[in-house]
Amino acid sequence: MSAKISEKYQIELLSDGLNLQLSGDWRFQSDIPDLDSLLRQILDAHPQKLSFDCQQLGRWDSGLMTFLVKLIRSCKDHNISVDQGTLPTGIQKLLQLAFAVPERKGAHRAILGQPVLAKIGNVTIEMHRNWSDLLAFVGELFFGFLNFLRGRARFRYSDLFFQIEMAGPSALLIITLISVLIGMILAFVGAVQLRMFGAEIFIANLVGLGMAREMGAMMTAIIMAGRTGAAYAAQLGTMQVNEEIDALKTMGISPIEFLVFPRLLALCLTMPLLCIYADFMGIIGGAIVSATMLDISFFQYFQQIQGFVPLRHFGIGIFKAGVFGVLVATAGCFRGLQCGRSASAVGFAATSAVVTSIVLIIVADAVITVLCQLIGI
Amino acid sequence: MMADTPHLNICNLTMTYGDVIIQKNLNFTVNYGEVFIIMGGSGCGKSTLLRHLVGLMEPSNGDVFVGGVNLWQASTEERNQIISRNGVLYQGGALWSSMTLAENIALPLNEYSNLNQKQVQEVISYKLSLVGLAGFEDYYPSEISGGMRKRAGLARAMALDPEILFFDEPSAGLDPVSSRLLDDLILELRDSLGATVVIVSHELASIFAVGDNSIFLDPDEKTIIASGSPKKLLETSDDPRVKQFLTRTI
Repeated sequence: MSAKISEKYQIELLSDGLNLQLSGDWRFQSDIPDLDSLLRQILDAHPQKLSFDCQQLGRWDSGLMTFLVKLIRSCKDHNISVDQGTLPTGIQKLLQLAFAVPERKGAHRAILGQPVLAKIGNVTIEMHRNWSDLLAFVGELFFGFLNFLRGRARFRYSDLFFQIEMAGPSALLIITLISVLIGMILAFVGAVQLRMFGAEIFIANLVGLGMAREMGAMMTAIIMAGRTGAAYAAQLGTMQVNEEIDALKTMGISPIEFLVFPRLLALCLTMPLLCIYADFMGIIGGAIVSATMLDISFFQYFQQIQGFVPLRHFGIGIFKAGVFGVLVATAGCFRGLQCGRSASAVGFAATSAVVTSIVLIIVADAVITVLCQLIGI
Repeated sequence: MMADTPHLNICNLTMTYGDVIIQKNLNFTVNYGEVFIIMGGSGCGKSTLLRHLVGLMEPSNGDVFVGGVNLWQASTEERNQIISRNGVLYQGGALWSSMTLAENIALPLNEYSNLNQKQVQEVISYKLSLVGLAGFEDYYPSEISGGMRKRAGLARAMALDPEILFFDEPSAGLDPVSSRLLDDLILELRDSLGATVVIVSHELASIFAVGDNSIFLDPDEKTIIASGSPKKLLETSDDPRVKQFLTRTI
């Protein structure tokens, strides 16, 4: 008795079990029948033995192999003995390979099925570890700084100058573009409102104050976070992947002093200068809008700023820029040193360096603004 | 040199990543001037053990003594002193990619020696010539081949004439001839400098060629399952896992 189920296989009932006749091509490109229905038929018959007939079998590849491995595994689970002797020798050898090493217990990871609470817990633990790592890093930086003050920090001044060049002059073009545009945008927004009161001249106060106190430092910091902070994370992350950081450590040279310090100093020195430059460029942007839209001459505009935007506002902005510089360098280097040992970890380090920097910048800005209010400057 | 204390003494060392135990209860000693091999299949924790020996990782249990000093009970400064007397050759060379070969070798020299710049340059060209890279001073690591990077890494590791040289898979990625040359170089260094050499390897040819003593780590038992001279292990070991490894049979 034989039942034709599919053109690919036929099941034949023998006295001592079942015979599975395979025919046609069994390849990834050809249609491979669904195993579940076949398996149900075999198990329903409760045979003692399963054998194969492969005379009609055409070309085959791993499509047939995955089918057979699954079939043989289920038969073993149900105590059905499988006679592999009738299979082609190539298939027999591949099956031997597939069953040679049993699956290692516990090798499958069970993370996918975690309950929500466990996930929240894991994320919380991770966050806690992150913050304590950051604190430890800041502590090490502090000791590095003490060493520096005592003139014992080990880094190369050529590195420092290189980093200053990378963070300073090379960033001027993008800072120019963004600052001029920000100045123009501030002026535009203000112009529409101030025109209603005939108080166009105060556009100079608005732009001057806005750039000096806030926008100059803030925009510089955000540009530097994306440009330099991310670069620091990627550089140190790649060094971590290549074991270059380990090589430093095994020479007794602290990566904090040797790698982080020049970068931190470079940003700390260049950011205030970039901020002054950004302030100036923003004010020029405002002047362009004032001159073209509001008929305020450059002379009037600059005199207004000179008269009504005192120097201390610039001082506050420059101070902020210095603080932001420390934050951007710290976040970038911290993420870089924290980086894992794979290529994707470097990308992640760069991304999280930018995110961390921007969060720290905004928080620090809020804190400094409140403090300035409190002490009345 | 203290003849009676071993150069490296590892007591009850247990290594973990988080909660996962990599190897436990490791006990062994490495004598002065010995070429010591750490062998075992892939993924059994050989490189992790090396990271513990050079002081990059702190043991979760047990102690590492270097020249009689407990590495993790010493002060940071003392530990840095001990660590700086090591030379380590990493798998990929781990040259600092932003520096030329000369600058790579110059860094440890400038840090730990009183040589003037002219002397440093002379030492650099001498060390580079030892590894067959004379004249490559001004190349960046990205400009030379993998094998050359490895040799340059060795030149850097030898810069300060270290007391112990650690090698992480020295022959990985090298052609058979270069690998053989490296083996000879290791033996010469040991003989001429009197350095102790610790090698992580599963390259049978070099294990038998250079090894005086060895341990064999097993990933399932998570500890040392055999130790002794590799040649002797080959003759006498009854453990099928060690036999399989040393005779390359299955």
